[in-house]
Amino acid sequence: MKSILIYQNSYHARITTFPFGKVKVRASSFLICIFLLWSCSQTENKIVTLNFWAMGVEGEVVSKLIPDFEKEFPNIKIKVQQIPWTAAHEKLITAFASETLPDVFQLGNTWIPEFKALNAIAPLNNFINHSSVVSANKYFEGIWDTNVIDSIIYGIPWYVDTRVLFYRKDILESVGYKDPPKTWNELFEMSVKIRDKFKGQTKYAMLIPTNEWVPFIIFGIQNGSSLLKDNDEYADFSGKKFKDAFDFLIKFYRERLAPTDMQQVLNIYQAFAEGFFTFYITGPWNVTEMKKRLPISLQDSWMTAPLPSPDSNYPGYSLAGGSSLVLNKNSKNKIYAWKWIEYLSKNETQLQFYKLVSSLPAVKKVWEDSTFANDPYMRAFYIQLHKTKATPKIPEWEQIVFSKIQQYAEAVATNKMNSRQALNLLDEDANKILEKRRWILSKER
Amino acid sequence: MYRTKKYLIVCLAIIIGVFTFLPFLWMISASFMQTGEANIYPPKLLPSKIDFSHYKTLFTNLDLSRYLINSLIISLGVTFFSLIVNSMAGYAFAKFKFSRKKSLFNFLLSSMIIPAQVTMLPVFLMLKKMGLINTYFAIIIPGMASIFGIFLIRQYALSIPDSLIEAARIDGASEFLIYRKIILPLCKPILVTLGLFTFMGTWNDFLWPLIVMTDSSMYTMPVALANLMGEHVQDTELMMAGSVLTIIPVLIVFLALQKYYMHGILMGSVKE
Amino acid sequence: MRSSVNIKILILFLGPSLIVLTVFFFLPVIAAFFLSLTDFDIYSLGNISYLRFVGFENYVQLLNDPLFWTALKNTFYFVLVGGPLSVVVSLGTAVLLNSKFVPFKKLFRLIYFLPVVTTLVAVSIVWKYIYHPRFGLLNYFLSLFNIGPLDWLGNPSLAMPSIILMAIWKNFGYNMIIFIAGLQNIPLELYESASIEGANAWQKFKYITIPMLAPTTLFVSVITMIGYFQLFAEPYVMTQGGPLNSTLSIVLYMYQEGFRWWNIGYSTSIAFMLFVIILIGTIIQFKLQKEKYV
Repeated sequence: MKSILIYQNSYHARITTFPFGKVKVRASSFLICIFLLWSCSQTENKIVTLNFWAMGVEGEVVSKLIPDFEKEFPNIKIKVQQIPWTAAHEKLITAFASETLPDVFQLGNTWIPEFKALNAIAPLNNFINHSSVVSANKYFEGIWDTNVIDSIIYGIPWYVDTRVLFYRKDILESVGYKDPPKTWNELFEMSVKIRDKFKGQTKYAMLIPTNEWVPFIIFGIQNGSSLLKDNDEYADFSGKKFKDAFDFLIKFYRERLAPTDMQQVLNIYQAFAEGFFTFYITGPWNVTEMKKRLPISLQDSWMTAPLPSPDSNYPGYSLAGGSSLVLNKNSKNKIYAWKWIEYLSKNETQLQFYKLVSSLPAVKKVWEDSTFANDPYMRAFYIQLHKTKATPKIPEWEQIVFSKIQQYAEAVATNKMNSRQALNLLDEDANKILEKRRWILSKER
Repeated sequence: MYRTKKYLIVCLAIIIGVFTFLPFLWMISASFMQTGEANIYPPKLLPSKIDFSHYKTLFTNLDLSRYLINSLIISLGVTFFSLIVNSMAGYAFAKFKFSRKKSLFNFLLSSMIIPAQVTMLPVFLMLKKMGLINTYFAIIIPGMASIFGIFLIRQYALSIPDSLIEAARIDGASEFLIYRKIILPLCKPILVTLGLFTFMGTWNDFLWPLIVMTDSSMYTMPVALANLMGEHVQDTELMMAGSVLTIIPVLIVFLALQKYYMHGILMGSVKE
Repeated sequence: MRSSVNIKILILFLGPSLIVLTVFFFLPVIAAFFLSLTDFDIYSLGNISYLRFVGFENYVQLLNDPLFWTALKNTFYFVLVGGPLSVVVSLGTAVLLNSKFVPFKKLFRLIYFLPVVTTLVAVSIVWKYIYHPRFGLLNYFLSLFNIGPLDWLGNPSLAMPSIILMAIWKNFGYNMIIFIAGLQNIPLELYESASIEGANAWQKFKYITIPMLAPTTLFVSVITMIGYFQLFAEPYVMTQGGPLNSTLSIVLYMYQEGFRWWNIGYSTSIAFMLFVIILIGTIIQFKLQKEKYV
């Protein structure tokens, strides 16, 4: 199921448009304090049940963290529910519409603007100001920023995620390269050599799935495109910076360096093992999978590396992805739910969670643990996480990338259109999607 | 000549049968293969050794019994209520005389072409207002009446001789008694047929339960299966095992009742 | 029959179904129509003052939406190619199973009917692997004849035929049963007298079976057409509408706009377009059949 692959890689990144400043302490925070003290004394003996939703594997595994938490807070019970990534977006929105959102839930950080627009999630500034566990400087800057809209914080990073280059060391060495590509040009040269080596076989240099928007957006960002322009009211895909990046990737299809259809690689692990492709840009969940699924004989033959860059500033930017923990605005149990968020954000919990599912810790400190030092595959991620950029923070962004970018990338890859036509049409479509946003903004002015 | 013809026809029937059955065979076979065995070339038709581990995984990692019970409650609930409601209406349209009957029936019939998806969102919002989201009722209540069901029962009930009903009326039986004691027993084949299709339709429905069941403890089998696919996209063999388990209950019901459905359709669809 | 039935009895018998249908079907249809005249979306869900009445603008936008035309084209492809094929296969297998030569009729009928009762989610998983370009059974089978390998679901011009093939496999059993029922209703004397006249099998089929089955055929084709116009689950599970939107159906497009992006106004307008199309299709079906056989 293609869709699942796409959804699992829900990508979360933001451009810093707001300087980090100390958030103003409002009078309300003082009231919250008072209320906190009061409520603590009030509810010491009452058992509170918190509903918590999490997606995918995280949802499956998070329940293992609960016993310790409940030991620490005997008056709080956590009820977890797991949601499949495939239908997560639909489910969350319908839950909002039917007022059945849980007290606290996981949200892919590209969905935060949407739920903020819905007025569904609570601002967390006051909680953070009084927290000894959570503070902005403990997190990777690019990732933290994805949770901030107009200097109000709506989510706390739970685990992070970014894309790096997975590659077959042995194949690369066989065509005469010891190190992974540091620039776009190197990537292209290597790919040509790999293609020529396997002449006559159905093997390619790089896997760039046409049904994934991620590579196109990453290369666009690397090339300095802001993707949207004019206060995010209009699209800018036909702009030179994005177009050059787009053309660079299309060249891989044109030169037969990348397959144009995705059906051939239903099982990417098998394909990777067979040398069907050498390069693939993907996320940390695949480190675990590769370790699990590739034959033992190949385990030393693959590696991860930070992404190449269009210029000499290695590494190039990647997406600031991951999932955040958010509070339901209408929850009656925000204070208790915050305790749960704090618990999940503690260094020990973050490390424990990584050991359970390999979701990368959001807290920087945790990366100093030996678990990471001893894992060569993780180094690339650590380097890359310091160089992430965000996608525009507007509710429509997901719709633009999901429904439109894939469509046009596929059309150009399969030679149905040229890139100029495709990107102009892409802009047109995106501008249509952005129409309502323009209207609302003009209404507010 | 005669003999060759006979052989040809039998061969054709067998070939179609094999083509129809092959996907099932492969599904069952792959569900017993070891991880990775289903993705090799040339494809294997049979597992090298029977491996039950995928089924074990399903029962340990998935709360399968829970979803099974949900699916059963919902499917049986919809089937039971819709049979009562539809059979009453179908019988009324077949045998009662009242003004504008024809136009009302035609109106119902013509609205069959409205795609059900049109109503999804308003119905969802309505159920929310009623506080039924995340309950079995969210699926059972809207499924209680179906135009197709009413149509099927009416077509069948038309074939019941009027004299039978008239005789009962003369004996002083109430309308409800006639319906219960005469009509229902006579309609048994079509009721079983309709019940079977309703049961299967509800069991196999994917989209509506996905939308109205916000709590995972309320999931039905297909939704749970899709959930499983979401997390284990690469595990062909595990997904096949999940598919087998999703299909089995429906097959059992179907096989138990299959001797009825022929009769039902035989009478229902053909008469005008 | 006697005169009008007493109103209480009528309410007792018709009330429950009409109430359920009104509340859960007819009223929602009307509500959906009004929604289609607005731009109800994610912003409106959060704040109702962001709802605009737009009249028929959604419909105008729809007619200028290339994706809608693509979806329309795909759906028609599915209905006009898949529909007749499906009916023909059903009729063929019905005649086959009705033949006196075939033993174990019940068993064959059961096997042919199996796909109908299976969950589409499960069926799709299996067919995805049957169609797999490298490990799939279908390509392996074709390779024995030195054909292929073909990329069934990845090639835009093959994806829809692949979906059609699967849909026929899944659905033919249902219509087959209806046809068998129709065949068994044809009086045997007709065939006997035709045999005496010296008619061969083909002539019997053409001059007796086909005309006698006309009402059944009409029923089957209308039901099949309506069902096929609502193509959704197959592409949803198998291809998500790809590759290159070649399997994007109207209902799938409607679902994506409605439930994924929450553009409710736009999505309901798609639904009503579909309704109009199905209406026209049904009228045409009735007209065609009437001309032929009345």
